[in-house]
Amino acid sequence: MDIIKYPDPRLKQVSAAVDNFDDQLCDFIRELEQTMRAGPGGVGIAAPQVGYSKQIVIVDVSSRPKIASHGCMILINPELTHWEGLAVGREGCMSVPDYTGNVIRAERITVQALNERGEQQEFACEGFEARAVQHEIDHLQGMLFLDRLVSRRNDLFKRKVYQKK
Amino acid sequence: MNHWYMLTVVGEDRRGIVAHLTHALYEGGCNLGEASMMRLGGNFSIMMMVQTELSKHALDDLIEPVIDSLGLHAHIDRIKGQLHHHHIPDVRIHVNGADRAGIVSQVVGALAEAGLDITDLETDVGGTEQEPIYIMIIEGHAVEGIESLRSALQIVTRDGIDARIDEIDTMVG
Repeated sequence: MDIIKYPDPRLKQVSAAVDNFDDQLCDFIRELEQTMRAGPGGVGIAAPQVGYSKQIVIVDVSSRPKIASHGCMILINPELTHWEGLAVGREGCMSVPDYTGNVIRAERITVQALNERGEQQEFACEGFEARAVQHEIDHLQGMLFLDRLVSRRNDLFKRKVYQKK
Repeated sequence: MNHWYMLTVVGEDRRGIVAHLTHALYEGGCNLGEASMMRLGGNFSIMMMVQTELSKHALDDLIEPVIDSLGLHAHIDRIKGQLHHHHIPDVRIHVNGADRAGIVSQVVGALAEAGLDITDLETDVGGTEQEPIYIMIIEGHAVEGIESLRSALQIVTRDGIDARIDEIDTMVG
């Protein structure tokens, strides 16, 4: 599948919830995952990035060394039920080529979502994985990391300053 | 739109410089690429990529009224306009300490030897007039790995400079 690129207006749309958990959905998810893995360094993808305005996200950061990971997470109709801590980190997006910028995200999150069979699941994510999940869920709300950029300059913001014990 | 130029403008800061300058360039049919404006010690400075069919001389003439009326200085160089080839940095280094001559040279020299390719550098002087402090933030690519840079920084920090190095792990989603 082709990745659509900003400023395509479809990236600004709010996605609808999925309510049919059928073979068609599973086929779409397989293709979406292939598209994510074909992208340069892509560790996550959201359905709106291929022009399908449904609440479907895939995140898999397991290829990165030394970070906490749940493997390949299929998150359908996801919802952040808890977050804490803030950190600045660098993000890029397959829908925004040749640009990376700093974004503030929660350091630890809990996300509830359905899997491709419609079963409820819950993940507690932190760090890089939590960042990826938040980035992808933003896509479902029509938000890009461009909408959350903070300056690269004056970055005297220590990563751990706002961390709760 | 054949030529790319690097237009550098410096002078005493005042309100409206960027607006006047970019208006003149736009009216003259120029296109802007990447640009960076900074206020350095109260002075205005900007570097901007300008794309135009004008010769260097004609571009100079185009901005001359604005430059003269605002008491600025301009410098123009022909450049290669290499857009869409950003290098993604993988390390960020924060340095701070009591201000004294030689900090940048010492730190950057050690880092360069340890394989740092700098993509972005900014420094600031804070503190008070009596006790100024120096703050430097560098982003770059650790060609020989981050550990090599860590070792280099350890040696430099023995001289009363505080420094830390963070990995930039860019999340692409």
